[in-house]
Amino acid sequence: MDDLYREIIIEHYKNPHHKGKLKDKDYSFEDENPLCGDHIQIDLKVDQHQKVIDAKFDGQGCAISISSTDLLLDSILGKKIDQIKKLTKQDILDLLGIELSPVRLKCALLSLKVLKAAIYELNESSEELIK
Amino acid sequence: MKSEKIINSFPIFTRKIHGGKPLVYLDSAATSQKPFTVIKAIEDYYKQSNSNVHRGIHFLAEEATGLYESARKKIADFVGVKNQNQLIFTRNTTESINIVARTWGRRFLKKGDVILTTEMEHHSNIVPWFTLAEEIGIVVKFIRITRNGILDWEQYLQLLNLSPKIVSFTHMSNVLGTINPVRDIISSAHQAGAITIVDGAQSVPHMLVNIEKLDADFYAFSAHKMCGPTGIGILYGKKDLLEQMPHFLGGGDMIKKVTFDGFTTNSIPYKFEAGTPPIAQAIGFGAAVDFLSAEGMDNIFAHEKELTTYAYESLSAIPGLSIIGPSVNDRGGVISFVIERIHPHDIAQILDQFGIAVRAGHHCAMPLHEKLNIPASTRASMYLYNTRDDIDDLHKGLFHILEVFK
Repeated sequence: MDDLYREIIIEHYKNPHHKGKLKDKDYSFEDENPLCGDHIQIDLKVDQHQKVIDAKFDGQGCAISISSTDLLLDSILGKKIDQIKKLTKQDILDLLGIELSPVRLKCALLSLKVLKAAIYELNESSEELIK
Repeated sequence: MKSEKIINSFPIFTRKIHGGKPLVYLDSAATSQKPFTVIKAIEDYYKQSNSNVHRGIHFLAEEATGLYESARKKIADFVGVKNQNQLIFTRNTTESINIVARTWGRRFLKKGDVILTTEMEHHSNIVPWFTLAEEIGIVVKFIRITRNGILDWEQYLQLLNLSPKIVSFTHMSNVLGTINPVRDIISSAHQAGAITIVDGAQSVPHMLVNIEKLDADFYAFSAHKMCGPTGIGILYGKKDLLEQMPHFLGGGDMIKKVTFDGFTTNSIPYKFEAGTPPIAQAIGFGAAVDFLSAEGMDNIFAHEKELTTYAYESLSAIPGLSIIGPSVNDRGGVISFVIERIHPHDIAQILDQFGIAVRAGHHCAMPLHEKLNIPASTRASMYLYNTRDDIDDLHKGLFHILEVFK
Protein backbone atom coordinates (compact mmCIF):
# COMPACT_ATOMS: atom_id res chain seq x y z
CA MET A 1 0.00 0.00 0.00
CA ASP A 2 2.72 2.43 0.92
CA ASP A 3 4.18 1.48 -2.46
CA LEU A 4 0.99 2.04 -4.38
CA TYR A 5 0.29 5.38 -2.73
CA ARG A 6 3.86 6.67 -2.91
CA GLU A 7 4.31 10.33 -2.10
CA ILE A 8 4.84 11.22 -5.74
CA ILE A 9 1.47 9.77 -6.69
CA ILE A 10 -0.40 11.57 -3.92
CA GLU A 11 1.46 14.78 -4.77
CA HIS A 12 0.53 14.68 -8.48
CA TYR A 13 -3.05 13.79 -7.54
CA LYS A 14 -3.43 16.68 -5.11
CA ASN A 15 -1.44 19.28 -7.02
CA PRO A 16 -1.32 18.34 -10.69
CA HIS A 17 0.96 20.45 -12.92
CA HIS A 18 -1.25 20.27 -16.00
CA LYS A 19 -4.84 20.56 -14.85
CA GLY A 20 -7.08 22.52 -17.18
CA LYS A 21 -7.97 22.94 -20.84
CA LEU A 22 -6.14 24.62 -23.74
CA LYS A 23 -8.03 27.20 -25.75
CA ASP A 24 -5.59 26.95 -28.61
CA LYS A 25 -4.88 23.27 -29.22
CA ASP A 26 -3.70 21.03 -32.04
CA TYR A 27 -4.65 17.67 -30.61
CA SER A 28 -7.45 16.76 -28.21
CA PHE A 29 -9.31 13.66 -27.11
CA GLU A 30 -11.51 12.60 -24.21
CA ASP A 31 -12.49 9.18 -22.97
CA GLU A 32 -13.67 7.37 -19.89
CA ASN A 33 -13.15 4.17 -18.02
CA PRO A 34 -16.73 2.92 -17.65
CA LEU A 35 -15.72 0.56 -14.87
CA CYS A 36 -15.07 3.37 -12.42
CA GLY A 37 -16.43 6.46 -14.14
CA ASP A 38 -12.99 8.04 -14.56
CA HIS A 39 -13.04 10.68 -17.27
CA ILE A 40 -9.99 12.31 -18.86
CA GLN A 41 -9.58 14.89 -21.59
CA ILE A 42 -6.10 15.76 -22.89
CA ASP A 43 -5.26 18.85 -25.00
CA LEU A 44 -1.89 19.37 -26.73
CA LYS A 45 -0.29 22.36 -28.46
CA VAL A 46 2.66 21.74 -30.81
CA ASP A 47 5.12 24.02 -32.61
CA GLN A 48 5.95 23.95 -36.32
CA HIS A 49 8.25 20.94 -35.75
CA GLN A 50 5.41 18.90 -34.11
CA LYS A 51 7.08 19.34 -30.74
CA VAL A 52 4.75 19.57 -27.72
CA ILE A 53 4.91 23.05 -26.24
CA ASP A 54 1.88 22.85 -23.94
CA ALA A 55 -0.27 20.06 -22.50
CA LYS A 56 -3.31 20.08 -20.24
CA PHE A 57 -5.77 17.55 -18.94
CA ASP A 58 -9.22 17.86 -17.45
CA GLY A 59 -11.59 15.39 -15.84
CA GLN A 60 -11.90 13.31 -12.75
CA GLY A 61 -10.52 10.07 -11.51
CA CYS A 62 -8.69 8.17 -8.81
CA ALA A 63 -5.20 8.96 -7.58
CA ILE A 64 -3.70 6.40 -9.96
CA SER A 65 -5.38 7.71 -13.11
CA ILE A 66 -4.87 11.39 -12.31
CA SER A 67 -1.23 11.07 -11.26
CA SER A 68 -0.50 8.85 -14.25
CA THR A 69 -1.94 11.52 -16.56
CA ASP A 70 -0.02 14.33 -14.90
CA LEU A 71 3.27 12.41 -14.91
CA LEU A 72 2.71 11.47 -18.55
CA LEU A 73 2.13 15.09 -19.59
CA ASP A 74 5.24 16.13 -17.62
CA SER A 75 7.22 13.58 -19.58
CA ILE A 76 6.07 14.56 -23.07
CA LEU A 77 6.68 18.30 -22.87
CA GLY A 78 9.31 19.16 -25.48
CA LYS A 79 8.96 15.80 -27.20
CA LYS A 80 7.95 15.27 -30.81
CA ILE A 81 4.65 13.65 -31.68
CA ASP A 82 6.51 10.82 -33.46
CA GLN A 83 8.38 10.03 -30.25
CA ILE A 84 5.17 10.04 -28.23
CA LYS A 85 3.63 7.52 -30.62
CA LYS A 86 6.27 5.05 -29.44
CA LEU A 87 5.23 5.18 -25.76
CA THR A 88 4.10 1.87 -24.28
CA LYS A 89 2.34 0.53 -21.22
CA GLN A 90 5.73 -0.11 -19.63
CA ASP A 91 6.67 3.57 -19.94
CA ILE A 92 3.62 4.49 -17.85
CA LEU A 93 4.45 1.88 -15.22
CA ASP A 94 8.01 3.20 -15.11
CA LEU A 95 6.71 6.73 -14.58
CA LEU A 96 4.49 5.59 -11.71
CA GLY A 97 7.09 3.22 -10.30
CA ILE A 98 4.54 0.77 -8.92
CA GLU A 99 3.05 -2.60 -9.69
CA LEU A 100 -0.65 -2.74 -10.41
CA SER A 101 -3.43 -5.32 -10.42
CA PRO A 102 -5.27 -5.77 -13.75
CA VAL A 103 -8.20 -3.62 -12.56
CA ARG A 104 -6.02 -0.72 -11.47
CA LEU A 105 -3.93 -1.05 -14.62
CA LYS A 106 -6.98 0.26 -16.52
CA CYS A 107 -6.90 3.36 -14.31
CA ALA A 108 -3.19 3.88 -14.96
CA LEU A 109 -3.42 3.40 -18.72
CA LEU A 110 -6.44 5.61 -19.42
CA SER A 111 -4.06 8.57 -19.85
CA LEU A 112 -1.96 6.80 -22.50
CA LYS A 113 -5.08 5.65 -24.31
CA VAL A 114 -6.45 9.18 -24.47
CA LEU A 115 -3.09 10.67 -25.45
CA LYS A 116 -2.55 8.19 -28.29
CA ALA A 117 -6.11 8.57 -29.60
CA ALA A 118 -5.48 12.35 -29.62
CA ILE A 119 -2.23 12.27 -31.55
CA TYR A 120 -3.43 9.64 -34.02
CA GLU A 121 -6.54 11.85 -34.43
CA LEU A 122 -8.91 8.93 -33.94
CA ASN A 123 -12.66 9.11 -33.41
CA GLU A 124 -12.59 6.23 -30.96
CA SER A 125 -9.93 4.90 -28.64
CA SER A 126 -8.88 1.27 -28.62
CA GLU A 127 -7.04 -1.20 -26.42
CA GLU A 128 -4.54 -1.62 -29.28
CA LEU A 129 -3.13 1.80 -28.41
CA ILE A 130 -1.83 0.78 -25.01
CA LYS A 131 -0.05 -2.50 -25.63
CA MET B 1 -27.59 -12.86 17.73
CA LYS B 2 -24.71 -14.99 18.93
CA SER B 3 -22.17 -13.66 16.50
CA GLU B 4 -19.36 -16.06 17.40
CA LYS B 5 -21.54 -19.05 16.56
CA ILE B 6 -22.66 -17.50 13.31
CA ILE B 7 -19.14 -16.54 12.22
CA ASN B 8 -18.00 -20.10 12.92
CA SER B 9 -20.72 -21.37 10.56
CA PHE B 10 -18.84 -19.81 7.63
CA PRO B 11 -15.57 -21.53 6.70
CA ILE B 12 -14.24 -18.50 4.78
CA PHE B 13 -13.80 -16.52 7.99
CA THR B 14 -10.83 -18.71 8.98
CA ARG B 15 -9.05 -17.33 5.91
CA LYS B 16 -6.24 -14.82 6.40
CA ILE B 17 -5.27 -12.42 3.61
CA HIS B 18 -2.48 -9.91 2.86
CA GLY B 19 0.02 -11.47 5.25
CA GLY B 20 -2.19 -12.80 8.03
CA LYS B 21 -4.99 -10.25 8.28
CA PRO B 22 -8.44 -11.62 9.11
CA LEU B 23 -11.17 -10.99 6.58
CA VAL B 24 -13.49 -8.05 7.22
CA TYR B 25 -16.17 -8.74 4.64
CA LEU B 26 -18.43 -5.75 3.98
CA ASP B 27 -19.52 -6.63 0.44
CA SER B 28 -22.52 -8.89 0.99
CA ALA B 29 -24.75 -6.76 -1.24
CA ALA B 30 -22.54 -8.02 -4.10
CA THR B 31 -22.58 -11.61 -2.87
CA SER B 32 -22.86 -13.21 0.55
CA GLN B 33 -20.52 -15.79 2.07
CA LYS B 34 -21.67 -19.42 2.30
CA PRO B 35 -22.17 -21.47 5.46
CA PHE B 36 -20.86 -25.03 5.92
CA THR B 37 -24.39 -26.45 5.63
CA VAL B 38 -24.88 -25.07 2.12
CA ILE B 39 -21.48 -26.26 0.93
CA LYS B 40 -22.15 -29.69 2.45
CA ALA B 41 -25.60 -30.01 0.84
CA ILE B 42 -24.03 -29.41 -2.57
CA GLU B 43 -21.17 -31.81 -1.83
CA ASP B 44 -23.57 -34.50 -0.58
CA TYR B 45 -25.67 -34.26 -3.71
CA TYR B 46 -22.67 -34.76 -5.98
CA LYS B 47 -21.24 -37.54 -3.79
CA GLN B 48 -24.43 -39.46 -3.10
CA SER B 49 -27.44 -38.46 -5.19
CA ASN B 50 -26.07 -37.12 -8.47
CA SER B 51 -28.53 -37.79 -11.27
CA ASN B 52 -30.69 -35.86 -13.70
CA VAL B 53 -34.18 -34.82 -12.60
CA HIS B 54 -37.71 -35.47 -13.92
CA ARG B 55 -36.83 -38.23 -16.38
CA GLY B 56 -35.06 -41.28 -15.04
CA ILE B 57 -36.96 -44.22 -13.59
CA HIS B 58 -34.24 -45.25 -11.23
CA PHE B 59 -33.31 -44.78 -7.60
CA LEU B 60 -30.93 -41.83 -7.97
CA ALA B 61 -33.13 -40.00 -10.48
CA GLU B 62 -36.04 -40.16 -8.09
CA GLU B 63 -33.90 -39.10 -5.16
CA ALA B 64 -32.44 -36.13 -7.09
CA THR B 65 -35.91 -35.09 -8.28
CA GLY B 66 -37.18 -35.25 -4.70
CA LEU B 67 -34.32 -33.09 -3.45
CA TYR B 68 -34.76 -30.59 -6.28
CA GLU B 69 -38.50 -30.24 -5.78
CA SER B 70 -38.33 -30.11 -2.00
CA ALA B 71 -35.88 -27.21 -2.35
CA ARG B 72 -38.52 -25.39 -4.40
CA LYS B 73 -41.06 -26.06 -1.66
CA LYS B 74 -38.73 -24.79 1.08
CA ILE B 75 -38.06 -21.59 -0.83
CA ALA B 76 -41.79 -21.09 -1.50
CA ASP B 77 -42.53 -21.44 2.24
CA PHE B 78 -39.69 -19.04 3.02
CA VAL B 79 -41.23 -16.23 0.92
CA GLY B 80 -44.88 -16.91 1.79
CA VAL B 81 -45.98 -18.64 -1.41
CA LYS B 82 -48.46 -21.51 -0.99
CA ASN B 83 -48.13 -23.09 -4.44
CA GLN B 84 -44.45 -23.83 -5.06
CA ASN B 85 -45.12 -24.26 -8.78
CA GLN B 86 -45.33 -20.47 -9.03
CA LEU B 87 -41.58 -20.36 -8.37
CA ILE B 88 -39.42 -20.75 -11.46
CA PHE B 89 -35.75 -21.53 -11.07
CA THR B 90 -33.71 -19.06 -13.14
CA ARG B 91 -30.02 -18.15 -13.17
CA ASN B 92 -30.46 -15.02 -11.05
CA THR B 93 -32.57 -11.88 -10.49
CA THR B 94 -31.33 -10.40 -13.76
CA GLU B 95 -32.56 -13.39 -15.73
CA SER B 96 -35.87 -13.39 -13.85
CA ILE B 97 -36.62 -9.78 -14.83
CA ASN B 98 -35.48 -10.42 -18.39
CA ILE B 99 -37.83 -13.40 -18.68
CA VAL B 100 -40.82 -11.21 -17.81
CA ALA B 101 -39.72 -8.53 -20.28
CA ARG B 102 -39.02 -10.99 -23.07
CA THR B 103 -42.10 -13.18 -22.67
CA TRP B 104 -44.93 -11.24 -21.03
CA GLY B 105 -43.55 -7.94 -22.35
CA ARG B 106 -43.08 -9.05 -25.94
CA ARG B 107 -46.46 -10.75 -26.04
CA PHE B 108 -48.64 -8.11 -24.39
CA LEU B 109 -46.92 -4.72 -24.76
CA LYS B 110 -47.26 -2.56 -27.83
CA LYS B 111 -45.88 0.68 -29.19
CA GLY B 112 -46.51 3.63 -26.91
CA ASP B 113 -47.28 1.56 -23.82
CA VAL B 114 -45.79 3.11 -20.69
CA ILE B 115 -43.81 1.21 -18.11
CA LEU B 116 -42.62 2.77 -14.86
CA THR B 117 -39.43 2.03 -13.03
CA THR B 118 -37.42 4.17 -10.58
CA GLU B 119 -34.26 6.24 -10.54
CA MET B 120 -32.73 3.95 -7.92
CA GLU B 121 -32.75 0.77 -10.03
CA HIS B 122 -29.94 -1.65 -10.77
CA HIS B 123 -29.15 -1.88 -14.50
CA SER B 124 -30.95 -5.22 -14.53
CA ASN B 125 -34.28 -3.43 -14.07
CA ILE B 126 -33.53 -0.72 -16.64
CA VAL B 127 -31.82 -2.35 -19.60
CA PRO B 128 -34.50 -5.04 -20.27
CA TRP B 129 -37.08 -2.22 -20.59
CA PHE B 130 -34.87 -0.08 -22.79
CA THR B 131 -34.43 -3.19 -24.94
CA LEU B 132 -38.21 -3.39 -25.38
CA ALA B 133 -38.29 0.35 -26.04
CA GLU B 134 -35.91 -0.23 -28.96
CA GLU B 135 -37.73 -3.33 -30.17
CA ILE B 136 -41.37 -2.36 -29.91
CA GLY B 137 -41.41 1.30 -28.92
CA ILE B 138 -42.63 1.11 -25.32
CA VAL B 139 -42.00 4.26 -23.24
CA VAL B 140 -39.90 3.93 -20.05
CA LYS B 141 -40.58 6.52 -17.34
CA PHE B 142 -38.65 6.89 -14.09
CA ILE B 143 -40.17 7.52 -10.68
CA ARG B 144 -37.95 10.22 -9.16
CA ILE B 145 -36.12 10.02 -5.88
CA THR B 146 -36.12 12.89 -3.42
CA ARG B 147 -33.00 14.47 -1.94
CA ASN B 148 -33.28 12.01 0.93
CA GLY B 149 -33.09 9.05 -1.43
CA ILE B 150 -36.69 7.91 -1.12
CA LEU B 151 -39.29 7.68 -3.88
CA ASP B 152 -41.19 10.87 -4.70
CA TRP B 153 -44.71 9.65 -3.93
CA GLU B 154 -46.52 12.62 -5.50
CA GLN B 155 -44.69 12.18 -8.75
CA TYR B 156 -45.38 8.44 -8.70
CA LEU B 157 -49.12 9.12 -8.42
CA GLN B 158 -48.87 11.56 -11.34
CA LEU B 159 -47.09 8.97 -13.46
CA LEU B 160 -49.85 6.49 -12.70
CA ASN B 161 -52.21 8.84 -14.58
CA LEU B 162 -50.36 7.74 -17.74
CA SER B 163 -51.98 4.30 -17.25
CA PRO B 164 -48.73 2.32 -17.25
CA LYS B 165 -48.91 -1.37 -18.09
CA ILE B 166 -46.09 -2.31 -15.70
CA VAL B 167 -44.55 -0.82 -12.55
CA SER B 168 -41.20 -2.52 -12.01
CA PHE B 169 -39.18 -1.46 -8.99
CA THR B 170 -36.68 -2.55 -6.37
CA HIS B 171 -37.73 -3.63 -2.88
CA MET B 172 -34.44 -2.34 -1.48
CA SER B 173 -31.86 -0.19 -3.28
CA ASN B 174 -28.42 -1.76 -3.61
CA VAL B 175 -26.78 1.68 -3.41
CA LEU B 176 -28.94 3.86 -1.18
CA GLY B 177 -30.13 1.05 1.07
CA THR B 178 -33.65 2.53 0.82
CA ILE B 179 -36.40 0.06 1.67
CA ASN B 180 -39.38 0.97 -0.50
CA PRO B 181 -43.03 0.85 0.69
CA VAL B 182 -43.70 -2.15 -1.55
CA ARG B 183 -47.25 -2.83 -0.49
CA ASP B 184 -48.39 0.76 -1.09
CA ILE B 185 -46.60 0.94 -4.43
CA ILE B 186 -48.26 -2.28 -5.54
CA SER B 187 -51.77 -1.36 -4.43
CA SER B 188 -51.59 2.03 -6.17
CA ALA B 189 -50.23 0.36 -9.31
CA HIS B 190 -53.07 -2.17 -9.25
CA GLN B 191 -55.65 0.60 -8.88
CA ALA B 192 -54.18 2.19 -12.01
CA GLY B 193 -54.43 -1.12 -13.86
CA ALA B 194 -50.70 -1.95 -13.96
CA ILE B 195 -49.01 -5.22 -13.10
CA THR B 196 -46.02 -5.07 -10.77
CA ILE B 197 -42.55 -6.59 -10.84
CA VAL B 198 -40.42 -6.41 -7.70
CA ASP B 199 -36.63 -6.78 -7.70
CA GLY B 200 -36.05 -8.53 -4.37
CA ALA B 201 -32.33 -9.22 -4.75
CA GLN B 202 -31.46 -7.06 -1.73
CA SER B 203 -34.58 -7.64 0.38
CA VAL B 204 -35.21 -11.41 0.56
CA PRO B 205 -31.73 -12.07 2.04
CA HIS B 206 -32.21 -9.56 4.85
CA MET B 207 -35.86 -9.40 5.93
CA LEU B 208 -39.00 -11.47 6.16
CA VAL B 209 -40.76 -11.16 2.80
CA ASN B 210 -44.24 -12.53 2.17
CA ILE B 211 -44.80 -12.21 -1.56
CA GLU B 212 -48.49 -13.14 -1.45
CA LYS B 213 -49.23 -10.60 1.29
CA LEU B 214 -47.43 -7.93 -0.73
CA ASP B 215 -49.65 -8.96 -3.67
CA ALA B 216 -46.75 -8.67 -6.15
CA ASP B 217 -47.49 -9.98 -9.63
CA PHE B 218 -43.86 -10.93 -10.24
CA TYR B 219 -41.05 -11.07 -7.71
CA ALA B 220 -37.39 -11.88 -8.40
CA PHE B 221 -34.40 -12.78 -6.19
CA SER B 222 -31.04 -14.59 -6.24
CA ALA B 223 -29.62 -17.39 -4.07
CA HIS B 224 -26.06 -16.15 -3.94
CA LYS B 225 -26.91 -13.01 -1.97
CA MET B 226 -28.66 -15.09 0.72
CA CYS B 227 -25.99 -17.64 1.70
CA GLY B 228 -26.76 -19.86 -1.30
CA PRO B 229 -24.75 -20.77 -4.40
CA THR B 230 -24.26 -18.66 -7.54
CA GLY B 231 -26.06 -19.57 -10.76
CA ILE B 232 -29.58 -19.86 -9.38
CA GLY B 233 -32.41 -17.44 -8.71
CA ILE B 234 -36.17 -17.30 -8.56
CA LEU B 235 -38.92 -15.76 -10.60
CA TYR B 236 -42.24 -15.83 -8.76
CA GLY B 237 -45.35 -15.07 -10.77
CA LYS B 238 -49.09 -15.11 -10.20
CA LYS B 239 -50.49 -18.31 -11.63
CA ASP B 240 -52.70 -16.79 -14.34
CA LEU B 241 -49.86 -14.51 -15.52
CA LEU B 242 -47.38 -17.38 -15.73
CA GLU B 243 -49.91 -19.42 -17.65
CA GLN B 244 -50.60 -16.58 -20.12
CA MET B 245 -46.90 -16.04 -20.74
CA PRO B 246 -45.25 -17.73 -23.68
CA HIS B 247 -42.29 -19.97 -22.85
CA PHE B 248 -38.80 -18.49 -22.68
CA LEU B 249 -36.23 -21.04 -23.92
CA GLY B 250 -37.22 -24.12 -25.90
CA GLY B 251 -35.81 -27.57 -25.24
CA GLY B 252 -36.07 -30.50 -22.87
CA ASP B 253 -38.33 -30.44 -19.80
CA MET B 254 -40.37 -27.44 -21.00
CA ILE B 255 -42.54 -29.47 -23.42
CA LYS B 256 -45.57 -31.67 -22.95
CA LYS B 257 -45.39 -33.13 -26.42
CA VAL B 258 -43.23 -32.70 -29.52
CA THR B 259 -44.15 -34.02 -32.97
CA PHE B 260 -42.78 -33.36 -36.46
CA ASP B 261 -45.45 -30.68 -36.73
CA GLY B 262 -44.83 -28.76 -33.54
CA PHE B 263 -44.96 -28.86 -29.74
CA THR B 264 -47.13 -28.11 -26.74
CA THR B 265 -45.63 -26.61 -23.60
CA ASN B 266 -45.45 -28.20 -20.18
CA SER B 267 -47.32 -26.79 -17.20
CA ILE B 268 -45.72 -24.23 -14.87
CA PRO B 269 -43.03 -24.04 -13.59
CA TYR B 270 -41.46 -26.48 -16.08
CA LYS B 271 -42.58 -24.43 -19.07
CA PHE B 272 -39.85 -21.98 -18.08
CA GLU B 273 -37.15 -24.48 -17.09
CA ALA B 274 -35.79 -25.77 -20.39
CA GLY B 275 -32.82 -28.10 -20.26
CA THR B 276 -31.15 -29.73 -17.27
CA PRO B 277 -31.61 -27.22 -14.44
CA PRO B 278 -29.03 -26.23 -11.81
CA ILE B 279 -29.84 -29.18 -9.55
CA ALA B 280 -26.97 -28.93 -7.08
CA GLN B 281 -27.56 -25.19 -6.83
CA ALA B 282 -31.26 -25.66 -6.12
CA ILE B 283 -30.42 -28.09 -3.32
CA GLY B 284 -27.83 -25.64 -1.97
CA PHE B 285 -30.44 -22.87 -2.20
CA GLY B 286 -32.81 -25.01 -0.09
CA ALA B 287 -30.06 -25.47 2.50
CA ALA B 288 -29.48 -21.69 2.55
CA VAL B 289 -33.14 -21.10 3.28
CA ASP B 290 -32.96 -23.68 6.10
CA PHE B 291 -29.93 -21.88 7.53
CA LEU B 292 -31.60 -18.45 7.40
CA SER B 293 -34.87 -19.78 8.84
CA ALA B 294 -33.02 -21.34 11.77
CA GLU B 295 -31.40 -17.97 12.55
CA GLY B 296 -34.75 -16.24 12.04
CA MET B 297 -35.26 -13.47 9.47
CA ASP B 298 -36.57 -11.09 12.11
CA ASN B 299 -33.40 -11.63 14.16
CA ILE B 300 -31.24 -11.08 11.10
CA PHE B 301 -33.09 -7.88 10.23
CA ALA B 302 -32.81 -6.60 13.82
CA HIS B 303 -29.09 -7.43 13.95
CA GLU B 304 -28.44 -5.57 10.70
CA LYS B 305 -30.54 -2.62 11.83
CA GLU B 306 -28.50 -2.31 15.02
CA LEU B 307 -25.26 -2.60 13.07
CA THR B 308 -26.38 -0.12 10.40
CA THR B 309 -27.29 2.41 13.08
CA TYR B 310 -23.86 1.92 14.66
CA ALA B 311 -22.09 2.21 11.28
CA TYR B 312 -24.12 5.28 10.29
CA GLU B 313 -23.00 7.11 13.43
CA SER B 314 -19.44 5.87 13.18
CA LEU B 315 -18.99 6.90 9.54
CA SER B 316 -20.83 10.22 9.95
CA ALA B 317 -18.10 11.27 12.37
CA ILE B 318 -15.39 11.06 9.70
CA PRO B 319 -14.42 14.50 8.37
CA GLY B 320 -15.34 15.07 4.71
CA LEU B 321 -17.42 11.90 4.48
CA SER B 322 -21.01 12.07 3.23
CA ILE B 323 -23.41 9.14 3.37
CA ILE B 324 -25.73 8.80 0.38
CA GLY B 325 -29.39 7.95 0.84
CA PRO B 326 -31.97 8.05 3.61
CA SER B 327 -31.73 8.10 7.38
CA VAL B 328 -31.29 4.84 9.28
CA ASN B 329 -35.08 4.50 9.67
CA ASP B 330 -35.70 4.01 5.97
CA ARG B 331 -32.74 1.81 5.07
CA GLY B 332 -31.36 -1.68 5.28
CA GLY B 333 -27.75 -2.79 5.85
CA VAL B 334 -26.16 -0.88 3.00
CA ILE B 335 -24.17 2.32 3.45
CA SER B 336 -22.70 4.04 0.40
CA PHE B 337 -20.58 7.13 0.87
CA VAL B 338 -18.20 9.58 -0.73
CA ILE B 339 -15.21 11.35 0.81
CA GLU B 340 -14.22 14.79 -0.46
CA ARG B 341 -11.30 14.72 -2.87
CA ILE B 342 -10.67 10.97 -2.49
CA HIS B 343 -11.81 8.61 -5.24
CA PRO B 344 -13.75 5.46 -4.20
CA HIS B 345 -11.19 3.27 -6.00
CA ASP B 346 -8.42 4.60 -3.82
CA ILE B 347 -10.56 4.12 -0.72
CA ALA B 348 -11.34 0.49 -1.60
CA GLN B 349 -7.73 -0.23 -2.53
CA ILE B 350 -6.31 1.06 0.75
CA LEU B 351 -9.04 -0.66 2.81
CA ASP B 352 -8.21 -3.91 1.02
CA GLN B 353 -4.68 -3.75 2.38
CA PHE B 354 -6.23 -3.95 5.87
CA GLY B 355 -8.23 -7.00 4.82
CA ILE B 356 -11.45 -4.96 4.51
CA ALA B 357 -13.62 -5.78 1.49
CA VAL B 358 -15.94 -3.00 0.27
CA ARG B 359 -17.22 -2.19 -3.19
CA ALA B 360 -16.19 0.89 -5.17
CA GLY B 361 -17.75 2.10 -8.38
CA HIS B 362 -21.28 2.70 -9.59
CA HIS B 363 -22.65 -0.67 -8.33
CA CYS B 364 -24.52 -1.29 -11.61
CA ALA B 365 -26.56 1.86 -11.05
CA MET B 366 -25.02 4.47 -13.36
CA PRO B 367 -28.21 6.54 -13.84
CA LEU B 368 -28.58 6.84 -10.06
CA HIS B 369 -25.00 8.10 -9.71
CA GLU B 370 -25.67 10.57 -12.53
CA LYS B 371 -28.73 11.80 -10.62
CA LEU B 372 -26.67 12.14 -7.43
CA ASN B 373 -24.01 13.95 -9.47
CA ILE B 374 -21.15 11.72 -8.34
CA PRO B 375 -19.00 9.54 -10.61
CA ALA B 376 -18.84 6.67 -8.14
CA SER B 377 -19.24 5.76 -4.48
CA THR B 378 -17.85 3.36 -1.91
CA ARG B 379 -20.30 0.87 -0.43
CA ALA B 380 -20.12 -1.07 2.82
CA SER B 381 -22.85 -3.70 3.07
CA MET B 382 -23.65 -5.91 6.03
CA TYR B 383 -25.05 -9.31 6.80
CA LEU B 384 -25.73 -11.57 9.77
CA TYR B 385 -22.04 -12.45 10.22
CA ASN B 386 -20.83 -8.85 10.58
CA THR B 387 -20.10 -7.33 13.97
CA ARG B 388 -19.31 -3.97 15.50
CA ASP B 389 -15.62 -4.94 15.28
CA ASP B 390 -15.93 -4.92 11.48
CA ILE B 391 -17.35 -1.40 11.60
CA ASP B 392 -14.58 -0.30 13.97
CA ASP B 393 -11.98 -1.70 11.54
CA LEU B 394 -13.65 0.20 8.69
CA HIS B 395 -13.63 3.38 10.76
CA LYS B 396 -9.90 2.97 11.51
CA GLY B 397 -9.14 2.18 7.87
CA LEU B 398 -10.92 5.34 6.71
CA PHE B 399 -8.96 7.49 9.15
CA HIS B 400 -5.76 5.98 7.78
CA ILE B 401 -6.88 6.99 4.27
CA LEU B 402 -7.42 10.57 5.42
CA GLU B 403 -3.79 10.47 6.66
CA VAL B 404 -2.48 9.15 3.32
CA PHE B 405 -4.28 11.90 1.40
CA LYS B 406 -3.67 14.61 3.99
